[in-house]
Amino acid sequence: MSPNAHHGRSRALAAEFGIGLALILELVLFALLSPHFLTAENLLNVSLQTSITAIIAVGMTFVILTAGIDLSVGSLVAVVGVLTTLLLAGIAPVGVAFPLAIAGGLALGAFSGLAAGTLVTRFKITPFIVTLALMTIWRGTAFILTGGRPIWELPEGFSLLASGRVAGLPIPTVIMLVVYVSAHIILTRTRFGRHVYAVGGNLEAARLAGIRTHRVITAAFVISGTLSALSGILLASRVNSGQPNAGLMYELDVIAAVVVGGTSLFGGRGSIIGTFIGSLLIGVLRNGLNLMNVESYVQQVVVGFVILLAVMIDQWRRR
Amino acid sequence: MNSEGHTLLAVEGIVKRYPGVVALDGVSLDLRAGEVHCIVGENGAGKSTLMKILAGATGADEGTITLDGEPVRIDSPVAAQRLGISVIHQELKVVPELSVAENILLGNEPTRPKSPFIDRAALLATARSLLEQLGESIDVTRRVRDLSTAEQQMVEIAKAISRKVRILILDEPTAPLTDHEIHSLFGVIRRLKAESVGVIYISHRLEEIFEIGDRVTVLRDGSVVDGAPIGSVDRQTLIRWMVGRELEQEFPELEISPGEEILRVEHLSAGMIQDVSFSVRRGELFGLAGLVGAGRSELARTMFGADRRDGGRLVLEGREIDPRSPREAIDCGIGLLTEDRNRYGLILEMNVRENISLANLGALTRGGFVHRRREAAVAAEYSARLRIKAPHADVPVDSLSGGNRQKVVLARWLFSMPKLLVFDEPTAGVDVGVKFEIYTLMGELARQGIGIIVISSDLNELIGISSRIGVMCEGRLTGILEKKDATKESILSLATQFRGHHASVA
Repeated sequence: MSPNAHHGRSRALAAEFGIGLALILELVLFALLSPHFLTAENLLNVSLQTSITAIIAVGMTFVILTAGIDLSVGSLVAVVGVLTTLLLAGIAPVGVAFPLAIAGGLALGAFSGLAAGTLVTRFKITPFIVTLALMTIWRGTAFILTGGRPIWELPEGFSLLASGRVAGLPIPTVIMLVVYVSAHIILTRTRFGRHVYAVGGNLEAARLAGIRTHRVITAAFVISGTLSALSGILLASRVNSGQPNAGLMYELDVIAAVVVGGTSLFGGRGSIIGTFIGSLLIGVLRNGLNLMNVESYVQQVVVGFVILLAVMIDQWRRR
Repeated sequence: MNSEGHTLLAVEGIVKRYPGVVALDGVSLDLRAGEVHCIVGENGAGKSTLMKILAGATGADEGTITLDGEPVRIDSPVAAQRLGISVIHQELKVVPELSVAENILLGNEPTRPKSPFIDRAALLATARSLLEQLGESIDVTRRVRDLSTAEQQMVEIAKAISRKVRILILDEPTAPLTDHEIHSLFGVIRRLKAESVGVIYISHRLEEIFEIGDRVTVLRDGSVVDGAPIGSVDRQTLIRWMVGRELEQEFPELEISPGEEILRVEHLSAGMIQDVSFSVRRGELFGLAGLVGAGRSELARTMFGADRRDGGRLVLEGREIDPRSPREAIDCGIGLLTEDRNRYGLILEMNVRENISLANLGALTRGGFVHRRREAAVAAEYSARLRIKAPHADVPVDSLSGGNRQKVVLARWLFSMPKLLVFDEPTAGVDVGVKFEIYTLMGELARQGIGIIVISSDLNELIGISSRIGVMCEGRLTGILEKKDATKESILSLATQFRGHHASVA
């Protein structure tokens, strides 16, 4: 390893230092305030609760790094949950239904991302508008598919996806960790990852350097759609039903996590590690406030202030 | 003689450190009312940092600044403005969607008495009279986005005057201007001088300094090397002060022996480009001359697949090619070093290494993964070969000076191993030392058998380095001159062929 490469890594780590410190402070604070906070069971619970939005935040990071935004993620969670549960309930042998339903759900997410990417790159509509439209389209579709009522009659075993454990860890937590590690490797080590940063940093310069910018942007949206779908399936399993109003406002929670994690809304700057810490910061906060029996309306106000504070610390540290 | 005005501004012992670099190492200089004080120096000499400090964009670590003999603190751009210091940056800070008048009086809009409503009549009248002071007659109701660069610059200068400017800092103001426009800019500067404004003028073009300057100060490596009244120095002395050694010649001897044809362009049409045909040989430096807007960059972009081609053929090494995107052009073996490196060349958020490997990352990738050790080796190799001045290849490229940034873009294209390389204004905003290095490098590439096309607005440069020069005018190629026939006059007459009226380059 050359000393130069080493230097570069330490600089990248320094970028996440401020927000990481905030997370540690938060952990210490809640550990002091609540005796139940620092128990293994509670921490696993935090990871389970956080996993749904944290997985979506990975896809959002890809999109925001290309200087885009994806507002459709929350509605996708709902429509994919509904589609998956409909398939589960409707297909005869359970052995066939499971893989088909999950594949169908993921495919819908990927399709949504492909549509968003195509509209953004070929038709030159801004990501905000494209995904705003998709957001209402998918939300409406979720209600149309269910007639407004949740889907309950599901084969046994579906709920195990969210409640089961692997090596002592909740399955969603394991999935989340796999997604984060893979995304981190993709962004830091692969050519595609480099292209994501280049496109978000300077679109025209990236194109003139021979990068197929349309493909890169579309791929970011496909990743975001697919990971939203994955979260949609996990959430449906967790509530053991298909809920057309699932995932309401998730897009805002997720964007907050990404931005708190230091990723620039202008694109080209940010990291998966930052998003991970950002997601945890908000997840731990919600859990801690719950343990302290803080009323949910008050929680919203506190979360808002913490988001502002985290970003202010980040801005101040960058100077 | 204006230079006898009182001392307006004095900076003393200014030190500015960045991580790993001392950008300014105890710089002192002063500015008198009614004089044009030119600051020259190679890229990275510290000119931009000094200007940033005077403009309040960044603070000095040590040193004092006095205005009219009183120590002042310039800790923000607003503070600079209050003190009467205005900077006209290379990249103009106008609001494109607002009108000329609205831009000139931005933040200072006249309102109707005791109301928050803008007094439109007063706004237009004030803006008009400010422009009249400059001898300009731009329609103040036009949207700024529709103006030429030169006109936008005038809007900025008018804005500065509206704020009672006492010190005007111009950073490379002439780079985007035609000779005609430069002439009128100088007229405006002389008017401001007459009104006792002190002007700090930064430029790489030495001939301008001799035309407009009263005094010159040379910076090198963050220190003042020397300074003198303009009348008492010559060009050679200035260059010696800037580079720290004798530069015997401005252009290297490029021993070039063109081989067989490498690229043939036949009847190319695209947008404003009409029916352009020419060919370039292996190892040749083919110059492309023309006025701003003649279509040279458009021609380059079309050959590179960046703009759509309407008709015509491209033949590379005897085979017809049809690049529809930059990627396809690069795969065919064409490289384009674009004009305006910050806008079209670099990814400023990325470091030197990532910028160098960008166009040929595939060669360093296996199974989708970038081979990091090889990438670091490539970055180190090209940084050394082009003598890129950076602490190491992992520093962000936006911490480098203009000349070093240009070298990074150059390194990217060298690493893409092209057969044909198009340089669009490769030496714009680059100092003499780096210019010489770039010319030498072009010569090396040519000797390796690469075909080279150079677009430049600097005619001396084109004549100095090209083996043949194609001249464009209004989208057409109006002639190709052999080296022996290429003179400023012959080029200009071809470049203005369709302009019956005045030639704006003289």
